[in-house]
Amino acid sequence: MATYEARSEVTGSVWNVVCEVGQRLEPGDTVMVIESMKMEIPVIAEDGGVVKEILVAKGTAVTEGQPVAVLEAK
Amino acid sequence: MLDKVVVANRGAVAARVLRALNSLGVSSVAVYSDADADAPYLALASETFHIGAAPARESYLNQDALLEVLRVSHADGLHPGYGFLSENHRFAQRVQDAGACFVGPSPRWIDAMGHKTRARELAAQHGLPVGRGTGVLLGDSQAMLRAAEQIGYPVLVKPAAGGGGIGMIAVYKPEELAAAVERAASLAERGFANAEVYLERLVERPRHVEIQVLGDSTGAVRHLFERDCSVQRRHQKIIEEAPAPAIAREHVERLAAQVAQVLGRIGYDNIGTVEMLMGPDGQFSFLEMNTRLQVEHGVTEEVTGVDLVAAQLRSAAGESLSEILPARIAMDGHAIQARVYAEDSKRFFPSPGPLQRFRPPRGEGIRVETGYREGQQVTAHYDPLLAKVIAHAPTRQAAISRLVEALEAFEIQGVKNNVPALVAILRSDEFRSGRVHTGLAAEVLARVR
Repeated sequence: MATYEARSEVTGSVWNVVCEVGQRLEPGDTVMVIESMKMEIPVIAEDGGVVKEILVAKGTAVTEGQPVAVLEAK
Repeated sequence: MLDKVVVANRGAVAARVLRALNSLGVSSVAVYSDADADAPYLALASETFHIGAAPARESYLNQDALLEVLRVSHADGLHPGYGFLSENHRFAQRVQDAGACFVGPSPRWIDAMGHKTRARELAAQHGLPVGRGTGVLLGDSQAMLRAAEQIGYPVLVKPAAGGGGIGMIAVYKPEELAAAVERAASLAERGFANAEVYLERLVERPRHVEIQVLGDSTGAVRHLFERDCSVQRRHQKIIEEAPAPAIAREHVERLAAQVAQVLGRIGYDNIGTVEMLMGPDGQFSFLEMNTRLQVEHGVTEEVTGVDLVAAQLRSAAGESLSEILPARIAMDGHAIQARVYAEDSKRFFPSPGPLQRFRPPRGEGIRVETGYREGQQVTAHYDPLLAKVIAHAPTRQAAISRLVEALEAFEIQGVKNNVPALVAILRSDEFRSGRVHTGLAAEVLARVR
Protein backbone atom coordinates (compact mmCIF):
# COMPACT_ATOMS: atom_id res chain seq x y z
CA MET A 1 0.00 0.00 0.00
CA ALA A 2 1.46 3.33 -1.03
CA THR A 3 -0.09 6.64 -0.14
CA TYR A 4 0.36 9.61 -2.43
CA GLU A 5 -0.87 13.16 -2.67
CA ALA A 6 -2.99 14.47 -5.51
CA ARG A 7 -1.80 18.01 -6.31
CA SER A 8 -3.36 20.97 -8.02
CA GLU A 9 -1.61 21.79 -11.29
CA VAL A 10 -2.75 25.41 -11.16
CA THR A 11 -3.19 28.31 -8.80
CA GLY A 12 -6.88 29.03 -8.29
CA SER A 13 -9.73 28.05 -6.01
CA VAL A 14 -11.58 24.80 -5.39
CA TRP A 15 -14.67 24.82 -7.59
CA ASN A 16 -16.02 21.45 -6.61
CA VAL A 17 -14.88 18.37 -4.70
CA VAL A 18 -16.22 15.36 -6.59
CA CYS A 19 -15.11 12.48 -4.35
CA GLU A 20 -15.55 11.44 -0.71
CA VAL A 21 -13.23 9.99 1.89
CA GLY A 22 -13.31 6.21 1.59
CA GLN A 23 -14.28 6.26 -2.07
CA ARG A 24 -12.26 4.10 -4.48
CA LEU A 25 -11.11 5.90 -7.64
CA GLU A 26 -9.80 4.44 -10.87
CA PRO A 27 -6.54 5.79 -12.28
CA GLY A 28 -7.37 9.01 -14.15
CA ASP A 29 -10.57 9.75 -12.19
CA THR A 30 -11.22 13.32 -11.10
CA VAL A 31 -10.66 14.15 -7.41
CA MET A 32 -11.79 17.78 -7.57
CA VAL A 33 -12.06 20.67 -9.99
CA ILE A 34 -10.00 23.85 -9.60
CA GLU A 35 -11.25 27.08 -11.11
CA SER A 36 -8.68 29.55 -12.35
CA MET A 37 -8.94 32.43 -14.81
CA LYS A 38 -12.41 31.33 -15.93
CA MET A 39 -11.19 27.81 -16.68
CA GLU A 40 -11.90 24.58 -14.87
CA ILE A 41 -8.90 22.32 -14.38
CA PRO A 42 -9.42 18.88 -12.84
CA VAL A 43 -7.13 17.31 -10.24
CA ILE A 44 -6.64 13.72 -11.33
CA ALA A 45 -5.98 10.61 -9.22
CA GLU A 46 -3.04 9.48 -11.37
CA ASP A 47 -2.80 6.03 -9.83
CA GLY A 48 -6.36 5.71 -8.57
CA GLY A 49 -6.92 4.19 -5.10
CA VAL A 50 -8.92 4.90 -1.99
CA VAL A 51 -9.40 8.52 -0.89
CA LYS A 52 -7.89 8.76 2.62
CA GLU A 53 -8.15 12.49 3.21
CA ILE A 54 -9.42 15.60 1.44
CA LEU A 55 -7.20 18.54 2.38
CA VAL A 56 -9.14 21.51 1.01
CA ALA A 57 -12.81 22.49 0.99
CA LYS A 58 -14.89 24.00 -1.78
CA GLY A 59 -13.98 27.66 -2.27
CA THR A 60 -10.48 27.36 -0.77
CA ALA A 61 -7.63 29.10 -2.58
CA VAL A 62 -4.91 26.69 -3.74
CA THR A 63 -1.51 27.25 -5.31
CA GLU A 64 0.20 25.34 -8.09
CA GLY A 65 1.67 22.11 -6.76
CA GLN A 66 -0.32 22.20 -3.49
CA PRO A 67 -1.47 18.76 -2.23
CA VAL A 68 -5.29 18.71 -2.15
CA ALA A 69 -6.03 15.06 -1.28
CA VAL A 70 -4.30 11.95 0.02
CA LEU A 71 -4.94 8.63 -1.70
CA GLU A 72 -3.84 5.08 -1.02
CA ALA A 73 -3.05 3.13 -4.16
CA LYS A 74 -2.99 -0.67 -4.31
CA MET B 1 -21.24 64.29 -27.41
CA LEU B 2 -21.45 62.69 -23.99
CA ASP B 3 -19.96 64.60 -21.03
CA LYS B 4 -18.79 61.80 -18.79
CA VAL B 5 -18.65 58.04 -19.33
CA VAL B 6 -18.25 55.20 -16.81
CA VAL B 7 -16.01 52.39 -18.09
CA ALA B 8 -17.59 49.29 -16.56
CA ASN B 9 -14.70 46.93 -17.18
CA ARG B 10 -11.07 46.17 -16.40
CA GLY B 11 -7.78 45.29 -18.06
CA ALA B 12 -6.82 45.99 -21.66
CA VAL B 13 -10.30 47.05 -22.77
CA ALA B 14 -10.70 49.51 -19.89
CA ALA B 15 -7.38 51.08 -20.89
CA ARG B 16 -8.48 51.20 -24.54
CA VAL B 17 -11.85 52.86 -23.82
CA LEU B 18 -10.28 55.38 -21.43
CA ARG B 19 -7.83 56.40 -24.16
CA ALA B 20 -10.69 56.87 -26.62
CA LEU B 21 -12.61 59.01 -24.13
CA ASN B 22 -9.53 61.15 -23.51
CA SER B 23 -9.02 61.62 -27.26
CA LEU B 24 -12.64 62.80 -27.59
CA GLY B 25 -12.30 65.17 -24.62
CA VAL B 26 -14.95 63.27 -22.65
CA SER B 27 -14.51 62.92 -18.86
CA SER B 28 -14.07 59.34 -17.75
CA VAL B 29 -14.83 57.25 -14.70
CA ALA B 30 -12.85 54.06 -14.11
CA VAL B 31 -13.97 51.37 -11.68
CA TYR B 32 -11.83 48.75 -9.96
CA SER B 33 -12.09 45.73 -7.70
CA ASP B 34 -9.75 44.95 -4.81
CA ALA B 35 -7.57 42.99 -7.25
CA ASP B 36 -7.14 45.90 -9.68
CA ALA B 37 -6.41 48.76 -7.27
CA ASP B 38 -2.87 49.04 -8.75
CA ALA B 39 -3.91 48.83 -12.39
CA PRO B 40 -1.97 51.33 -14.52
CA TYR B 41 -4.94 52.48 -16.61
CA LEU B 42 -6.71 53.96 -13.56
CA ALA B 43 -4.34 56.92 -13.99
CA LEU B 44 -5.98 57.67 -17.37
CA ALA B 45 -9.40 58.32 -15.81
CA SER B 46 -10.78 61.62 -14.53
CA GLU B 47 -12.28 59.78 -11.54
CA THR B 48 -12.01 56.29 -10.09
CA PHE B 49 -14.39 54.27 -7.94
CA HIS B 50 -13.80 51.09 -5.96
CA ILE B 51 -16.71 48.73 -6.68
CA GLY B 52 -16.08 45.62 -4.64
CA ALA B 53 -14.10 42.50 -3.91
CA ALA B 54 -12.01 40.62 -6.47
CA PRO B 55 -14.56 37.98 -7.59
CA ALA B 56 -16.31 39.36 -10.69
CA ARG B 57 -19.83 38.80 -9.32
CA GLU B 58 -18.97 41.16 -6.46
CA SER B 59 -17.45 43.84 -8.71
CA TYR B 60 -17.50 43.87 -12.53
CA LEU B 61 -20.73 41.83 -12.67
CA ASN B 62 -22.30 43.74 -9.79
CA GLN B 63 -25.00 45.76 -11.56
CA ASP B 64 -26.11 47.67 -8.46
CA ALA B 65 -22.56 48.81 -7.69
CA LEU B 66 -22.03 50.01 -11.26
CA LEU B 67 -25.36 51.85 -11.37
CA GLU B 68 -24.43 53.49 -8.08
CA VAL B 69 -21.18 54.75 -9.65
CA LEU B 70 -23.20 56.09 -12.57
CA ARG B 71 -25.47 57.96 -10.14
CA VAL B 72 -22.80 59.30 -7.78
CA SER B 73 -20.47 60.44 -10.58
CA HIS B 74 -23.30 62.12 -12.52
CA ALA B 75 -22.05 60.43 -15.69
CA ASP B 76 -24.33 60.46 -18.74
CA GLY B 77 -22.93 57.32 -20.38
CA LEU B 78 -21.60 53.84 -19.60
CA HIS B 79 -19.29 51.80 -21.81
CA PRO B 80 -19.45 48.08 -20.99
CA GLY B 81 -16.27 46.97 -22.82
CA TYR B 82 -16.43 43.29 -23.78
CA GLY B 83 -17.21 40.30 -21.58
CA PHE B 84 -18.77 40.88 -18.13
CA LEU B 85 -22.07 42.82 -18.61
CA SER B 86 -21.50 43.90 -22.21
CA GLU B 87 -24.16 41.57 -23.64
CA ASN B 88 -26.62 41.69 -20.76
CA HIS B 89 -29.74 43.38 -22.14
CA ARG B 90 -31.27 43.81 -18.69
CA PHE B 91 -28.24 45.76 -17.52
CA ALA B 92 -28.29 47.89 -20.69
CA GLN B 93 -31.96 48.64 -19.97
CA ARG B 94 -31.20 49.57 -16.37
CA VAL B 95 -28.51 52.00 -17.54
CA GLN B 96 -31.03 53.62 -19.89
CA ASP B 97 -33.71 53.67 -17.20
CA ALA B 98 -31.22 55.55 -15.00
CA GLY B 99 -31.23 58.24 -17.67
CA ALA B 100 -27.79 57.46 -19.12
CA CYS B 101 -26.60 56.27 -22.52
CA PHE B 102 -25.55 52.62 -22.78
CA VAL B 103 -22.66 52.62 -25.25
CA GLY B 104 -23.81 49.71 -27.36
CA PRO B 105 -26.85 48.67 -29.35
CA SER B 106 -30.40 48.96 -27.99
CA PRO B 107 -31.29 46.35 -25.36
CA ARG B 108 -33.71 44.70 -27.82
CA TRP B 109 -30.82 43.90 -30.20
CA ILE B 110 -28.64 42.58 -27.38
CA ASP B 111 -31.56 40.37 -26.36
CA ALA B 112 -32.41 39.23 -29.90
CA MET B 113 -28.84 38.26 -30.79
CA GLY B 114 -27.96 36.84 -27.37
CA HIS B 115 -30.16 33.83 -27.93
CA LYS B 116 -28.45 31.68 -30.56
CA THR B 117 -31.41 29.93 -32.15
CA ARG B 118 -33.45 33.15 -32.33
CA ALA B 119 -30.46 34.92 -33.91
CA ARG B 120 -30.12 32.07 -36.43
CA GLU B 121 -33.81 32.38 -37.30
CA LEU B 122 -33.48 36.13 -37.75
CA ALA B 123 -30.43 35.68 -40.00
CA ALA B 124 -32.21 33.05 -42.09
CA GLN B 125 -35.35 35.19 -42.42
CA HIS B 126 -33.26 37.97 -43.92
CA GLY B 127 -31.43 35.76 -46.37
CA LEU B 128 -28.06 35.34 -44.66
CA PRO B 129 -26.58 31.87 -45.18
CA VAL B 130 -27.34 29.68 -42.17
CA GLY B 131 -26.13 26.09 -41.75
CA ARG B 132 -28.46 23.22 -40.95
CA GLY B 133 -29.55 23.15 -37.31
CA THR B 134 -32.46 22.90 -34.91
CA GLY B 135 -34.34 25.20 -32.59
CA VAL B 136 -34.03 24.67 -28.83
CA LEU B 137 -34.26 20.94 -28.03
CA LEU B 138 -37.36 20.07 -26.05
CA GLY B 139 -36.17 16.90 -24.34
CA ASP B 140 -37.92 14.36 -26.59
CA SER B 141 -35.10 11.92 -27.29
CA GLN B 142 -36.71 10.38 -30.39
CA ALA B 143 -37.28 13.82 -31.94
CA MET B 144 -33.71 14.72 -31.07
CA LEU B 145 -32.34 11.66 -32.86
CA ARG B 146 -34.48 12.36 -35.91
CA ALA B 147 -33.29 15.97 -35.99
CA ALA B 148 -29.64 14.93 -35.76
CA GLU B 149 -30.21 12.38 -38.53
CA GLN B 150 -31.71 15.09 -40.73
CA ILE B 151 -28.80 17.48 -40.11
CA GLY B 152 -26.33 14.67 -40.70
CA TYR B 153 -23.51 13.57 -38.38
CA PRO B 154 -21.27 14.90 -37.01
CA VAL B 155 -23.43 17.41 -35.14
CA LEU B 156 -22.51 19.97 -32.52
CA VAL B 157 -24.57 20.39 -29.32
CA LYS B 158 -24.50 24.05 -28.30
CA PRO B 159 -25.97 26.15 -25.47
CA ALA B 160 -28.58 28.59 -26.83
CA ALA B 161 -27.55 31.34 -24.42
CA GLY B 162 -23.87 30.51 -24.59
CA GLY B 163 -20.62 31.89 -25.84
CA GLY B 164 -16.89 31.44 -25.64
CA GLY B 165 -17.02 27.81 -26.68
CA ILE B 166 -18.32 26.74 -23.26
CA GLY B 167 -20.61 23.71 -23.28
CA MET B 168 -20.09 22.85 -26.97
CA ILE B 169 -19.88 19.11 -27.61
CA ALA B 170 -19.27 17.33 -30.93
CA VAL B 171 -21.30 14.16 -31.53
CA TYR B 172 -20.21 11.66 -34.18
CA LYS B 173 -22.70 8.81 -33.58
CA PRO B 174 -26.41 8.61 -32.62
CA GLU B 175 -25.62 6.55 -29.49
CA GLU B 176 -23.53 9.45 -28.11
CA LEU B 177 -26.23 12.07 -28.61
CA ALA B 178 -28.34 11.76 -25.45
CA ALA B 179 -25.34 11.89 -23.08
CA ALA B 180 -23.83 14.85 -24.94
CA VAL B 181 -27.10 16.79 -24.79
CA GLU B 182 -27.39 16.14 -21.07
CA ARG B 183 -23.82 17.22 -20.39
CA ALA B 184 -24.10 20.33 -22.58
CA ALA B 185 -27.33 21.32 -20.81
CA SER B 186 -25.66 20.98 -17.42
CA LEU B 187 -22.65 23.07 -18.52
CA ALA B 188 -25.01 25.64 -20.03
CA GLU B 189 -27.07 25.85 -16.85
CA ARG B 190 -23.92 26.44 -14.80
CA GLY B 191 -22.22 28.80 -17.24
CA PHE B 192 -25.16 30.86 -18.46
CA ALA B 193 -28.02 30.08 -16.05
CA ASN B 194 -29.95 28.74 -19.04
CA ALA B 195 -29.99 25.01 -19.84
CA GLU B 196 -31.36 25.37 -23.39
CA VAL B 197 -29.29 23.61 -26.03
CA TYR B 198 -29.67 23.03 -29.77
CA LEU B 199 -28.00 21.13 -32.58
CA GLU B 200 -25.98 22.50 -35.42
CA ARG B 201 -24.17 20.83 -38.31
CA LEU B 202 -20.51 20.41 -37.34
CA VAL B 203 -18.38 21.93 -40.08
CA GLU B 204 -15.01 20.18 -40.00
CA ARG B 205 -11.86 22.27 -40.33
CA PRO B 206 -13.86 25.47 -40.85
CA ARG B 207 -12.51 28.96 -41.03
CA HIS B 208 -13.88 31.60 -38.72
CA VAL B 209 -14.51 34.81 -40.66
CA GLU B 210 -16.34 37.74 -39.09
CA ILE B 211 -17.72 40.99 -40.42
CA GLN B 212 -17.28 44.22 -38.43
CA VAL B 213 -20.24 46.59 -38.62
CA LEU B 214 -21.18 49.96 -37.20
CA GLY B 215 -24.70 51.31 -37.08
CA ASP B 216 -26.09 54.64 -35.93
CA SER B 217 -29.22 55.69 -34.06
CA THR B 218 -31.13 56.09 -37.34
CA GLY B 219 -30.45 52.45 -38.19
CA ALA B 220 -27.93 53.15 -40.96
CA VAL B 221 -25.27 50.40 -41.03
CA ARG B 222 -21.90 50.10 -42.71
CA HIS B 223 -19.31 47.35 -42.61
CA LEU B 224 -15.59 47.70 -42.01
CA PHE B 225 -14.60 44.52 -43.81
CA GLU B 226 -13.72 41.21 -42.21
CA ARG B 227 -11.34 39.56 -39.79
CA ASP B 228 -10.16 35.98 -39.87
CA CYS B 229 -10.09 34.47 -36.38
CA SER B 230 -9.55 30.82 -37.24
CA VAL B 231 -6.55 30.21 -35.01
CA GLN B 232 -8.06 29.10 -31.71
CA ARG B 233 -7.36 27.03 -28.64
CA ARG B 234 -10.27 25.56 -26.62
CA HIS B 235 -12.67 27.24 -29.09
CA GLN B 236 -11.20 30.63 -28.16
CA LYS B 237 -9.37 32.91 -30.55
CA ILE B 238 -5.64 33.45 -30.10
CA ILE B 239 -4.57 34.96 -33.45
CA GLU B 240 -6.75 37.31 -35.51
CA GLU B 241 -6.07 39.16 -38.72
CA ALA B 242 -7.47 41.51 -41.33
CA PRO B 243 -7.93 41.04 -44.20
CA ALA B 244 -8.76 37.30 -44.23
CA PRO B 245 -5.98 35.54 -46.18
CA ALA B 246 -6.47 33.33 -49.23
CA ILE B 247 -10.09 34.25 -49.98
CA ALA B 248 -11.14 36.02 -53.18
CA ARG B 249 -11.88 39.64 -52.24
CA GLU B 250 -15.19 39.68 -54.12
CA HIS B 251 -16.35 36.56 -52.24
CA VAL B 252 -15.86 38.06 -48.78
CA GLU B 253 -16.83 41.63 -49.73
CA ARG B 254 -20.11 40.38 -51.16
CA LEU B 255 -20.80 38.78 -47.78
CA ALA B 256 -19.80 41.95 -45.90
CA ALA B 257 -22.10 44.05 -48.07
CA GLN B 258 -24.97 41.61 -47.54
CA VAL B 259 -24.46 41.61 -43.76
CA ALA B 260 -24.47 45.42 -43.63
CA GLN B 261 -27.57 45.54 -45.82
CA VAL B 262 -29.50 43.09 -43.62
CA LEU B 263 -28.54 44.88 -40.40
CA GLY B 264 -29.48 48.21 -41.96
CA ARG B 265 -32.86 46.77 -42.95
CA ILE B 266 -33.63 45.69 -39.39
CA GLY B 267 -32.28 48.93 -37.87
CA TYR B 268 -29.27 47.72 -35.92
CA ASP B 269 -27.90 50.78 -34.12
CA ASN B 270 -24.33 50.50 -32.80
CA ILE B 271 -21.17 48.39 -33.05
CA GLY B 272 -21.42 44.68 -33.78
CA THR B 273 -19.75 41.70 -35.35
CA VAL B 274 -21.37 38.95 -37.39
CA GLU B 275 -19.42 35.71 -37.04
CA MET B 276 -19.54 33.24 -39.91
CA LEU B 277 -18.01 29.84 -40.51
CA MET B 278 -16.53 29.12 -43.91
CA GLY B 279 -16.47 25.45 -44.87
CA PRO B 280 -13.75 23.83 -46.98
CA ASP B 281 -16.14 24.33 -49.93
CA GLY B 282 -16.00 28.13 -49.45
CA GLN B 283 -19.62 28.31 -48.24
CA PHE B 284 -20.33 30.75 -45.41
CA SER B 285 -22.82 30.00 -42.65
CA PHE B 286 -24.04 32.32 -39.90
CA LEU B 287 -22.63 31.46 -36.48
CA GLU B 288 -23.69 34.29 -34.19
CA MET B 289 -23.70 38.02 -33.75
CA ASN B 290 -21.78 39.78 -30.99
CA THR B 291 -23.48 43.02 -30.00
CA ARG B 292 -20.39 44.72 -28.58
CA LEU B 293 -16.81 45.73 -29.25
CA GLN B 294 -14.65 42.66 -29.95
CA VAL B 295 -11.30 41.77 -28.36
CA GLU B 296 -9.79 41.82 -31.86
CA HIS B 297 -11.15 45.21 -32.98
CA GLY B 298 -7.59 46.56 -33.15
CA VAL B 299 -6.66 44.74 -36.38
CA THR B 300 -9.58 46.42 -38.16
CA GLU B 301 -8.50 49.79 -36.76
CA GLU B 302 -4.97 49.25 -38.06
CA VAL B 303 -5.97 48.43 -41.64
CA THR B 304 -8.87 50.90 -41.98
CA GLY B 305 -7.49 53.78 -39.90
CA VAL B 306 -10.87 54.08 -38.14
CA ASP B 307 -10.86 54.42 -34.33
CA LEU B 308 -13.68 51.96 -33.65
CA VAL B 309 -14.09 52.81 -29.97
CA ALA B 310 -14.38 56.53 -30.68
CA ALA B 311 -16.77 55.72 -33.55
CA GLN B 312 -18.88 53.55 -31.23
CA LEU B 313 -19.04 56.34 -28.64
CA ARG B 314 -19.98 58.96 -31.24
CA SER B 315 -22.70 56.71 -32.65
CA ALA B 316 -24.10 56.09 -29.16
CA ALA B 317 -24.12 59.84 -28.57
CA GLY B 318 -26.35 60.31 -31.62
CA GLU B 319 -23.97 61.27 -34.42
CA SER B 320 -24.76 59.82 -37.82
CA LEU B 321 -22.52 57.43 -39.74
CA SER B 322 -21.89 60.07 -42.37
CA GLU B 323 -20.36 62.28 -39.68
CA ILE B 324 -18.43 59.47 -38.01
CA LEU B 325 -16.93 57.48 -40.87
CA PRO B 326 -15.04 58.62 -43.96
CA ALA B 327 -17.07 58.42 -47.19
CA ARG B 328 -14.86 55.66 -48.49
CA ILE B 329 -13.23 53.08 -46.23
CA ALA B 330 -10.40 51.00 -47.66
CA MET B 331 -7.99 48.51 -46.19
CA ASP B 332 -4.33 49.43 -46.11
CA GLY B 333 -1.85 46.58 -45.66
CA HIS B 334 -2.31 43.67 -43.27
CA ALA B 335 -2.68 43.50 -39.48
CA ILE B 336 -2.35 40.48 -37.19
CA GLN B 337 -3.03 40.28 -33.47
CA ALA B 338 -1.69 37.69 -31.03
CA ARG B 339 -3.29 37.28 -27.62
CA VAL B 340 -0.63 36.83 -24.97
CA TYR B 341 -2.11 34.79 -22.13
CA ALA B 342 -0.84 33.88 -18.67
CA GLU B 343 -0.99 30.18 -19.38
CA ASP B 344 1.50 27.47 -20.23
CA SER B 345 2.28 26.93 -23.88
CA LYS B 346 1.61 23.20 -23.93
CA ARG B 347 -1.63 22.45 -22.11
CA PHE B 348 -2.93 26.03 -21.89
CA PHE B 349 -3.31 25.74 -18.12
CA PRO B 350 -3.81 29.12 -16.45
CA SER B 351 -0.87 30.59 -14.57
CA PRO B 352 -1.68 33.45 -12.21
CA GLY B 353 1.20 35.09 -10.34
CA PRO B 354 3.30 38.23 -9.93
CA LEU B 355 4.55 39.99 -13.06
CA GLN B 356 8.16 40.11 -11.86
CA ARG B 357 9.17 41.32 -15.29
CA PHE B 358 6.78 42.70 -17.89
CA ARG B 359 8.32 44.62 -20.80
CA PRO B 360 6.04 44.79 -23.83
CA PRO B 361 7.80 45.14 -27.18
CA ARG B 362 7.94 48.38 -29.14
CA GLY B 363 8.71 49.05 -32.75
CA GLU B 364 7.49 50.30 -36.07
CA GLY B 365 4.03 48.92 -36.86
CA ILE B 366 3.69 47.35 -33.40
CA ARG B 367 0.83 48.19 -31.06
CA VAL B 368 0.35 46.65 -27.62
CA GLU B 369 -2.90 46.74 -25.68
CA THR B 370 -2.60 45.74 -22.03
CA GLY B 371 -4.07 46.49 -18.61
CA TYR B 372 -0.98 45.33 -16.70
CA ARG B 373 2.39 46.69 -15.71
CA GLU B 374 5.52 45.21 -14.18
CA GLY B 375 5.16 44.39 -10.49
CA GLN B 376 1.42 43.82 -10.66
CA GLN B 377 -0.25 40.60 -9.58
CA VAL B 378 -2.15 38.57 -12.19
CA THR B 379 -4.95 36.98 -10.20
CA ALA B 380 -7.00 33.84 -10.81
CA HIS B 381 -10.24 35.87 -10.73
CA TYR B 382 -10.30 37.04 -14.35
CA ASP B 383 -9.41 35.80 -17.81
CA PRO B 384 -5.74 35.13 -18.56
CA LEU B 385 -5.20 37.89 -21.15
CA LEU B 386 -1.95 39.74 -20.39
CA ALA B 387 -1.66 41.74 -23.59
CA LYS B 388 -2.64 41.91 -27.24
CA VAL B 389 0.26 42.46 -29.61
CA ILE B 390 -0.79 43.83 -33.00
CA ALA B 391 1.53 44.07 -36.00
CA HIS B 392 0.66 46.15 -39.07
CA ALA B 393 2.70 45.98 -42.27
CA PRO B 394 2.23 46.42 -46.03
CA THR B 395 1.91 42.65 -46.64
CA ARG B 396 0.80 39.60 -44.66
CA GLN B 397 4.27 38.07 -44.71
CA ALA B 398 5.80 41.29 -43.40
CA ALA B 399 3.15 41.49 -40.67
CA ILE B 400 3.91 37.90 -39.62
CA SER B 401 7.65 38.65 -39.40
CA ARG B 402 7.02 41.84 -37.47
CA LEU B 403 4.71 40.06 -35.01
CA VAL B 404 7.12 37.16 -34.44
CA GLU B 405 9.94 39.61 -33.78
CA ALA B 406 7.80 41.60 -31.34
CA LEU B 407 6.59 38.50 -29.48
CA GLU B 408 10.14 37.23 -29.10
CA ALA B 409 11.16 40.59 -27.64
CA PHE B 410 8.31 40.53 -25.08
CA GLU B 411 9.91 40.03 -21.66
CA ILE B 412 7.61 38.27 -19.21
CA GLN B 413 8.69 36.66 -15.94
CA GLY B 414 6.73 35.48 -12.95
CA VAL B 415 3.87 33.83 -14.84
CA LYS B 416 3.96 31.22 -17.57
CA ASN B 417 2.88 32.54 -20.94
CA ASN B 418 1.80 31.25 -24.34
CA VAL B 419 4.34 33.21 -26.41
CA PRO B 420 6.21 30.04 -27.50
CA ALA B 421 2.92 28.58 -28.83
CA LEU B 422 2.03 31.81 -30.65
CA VAL B 423 5.46 31.98 -32.29
CA ALA B 424 5.32 28.30 -33.34
CA ILE B 425 1.95 28.87 -35.00
CA LEU B 426 2.99 32.11 -36.73
CA ARG B 427 6.12 30.39 -38.07
CA SER B 428 4.32 27.27 -39.33
CA ASP B 429 3.95 26.62 -43.07
CA GLU B 430 0.19 26.15 -42.58
CA PHE B 431 -0.26 29.62 -41.13
CA ARG B 432 2.14 31.28 -43.57
CA SER B 433 0.29 29.73 -46.51
CA GLY B 434 -2.94 31.39 -45.33
CA ARG B 435 -4.78 28.06 -45.38
CA VAL B 436 -6.00 28.58 -41.84
CA HIS B 437 -8.76 26.65 -40.06
CA THR B 438 -9.92 26.20 -36.48
CA GLY B 439 -7.90 23.00 -36.03
CA LEU B 440 -4.63 24.60 -37.12
CA ALA B 441 -3.31 25.57 -33.68
CA ALA B 442 -3.80 22.07 -32.26
CA GLU B 443 -2.20 20.44 -35.32
CA VAL B 444 0.87 22.69 -35.30
CA LEU B 445 1.36 22.44 -31.53
CA ALA B 446 1.02 18.64 -31.57
CA ARG B 447 3.88 18.55 -34.07
CA VAL B 448 6.30 20.90 -32.31
CA ARG B 449 5.93 19.25 -28.90
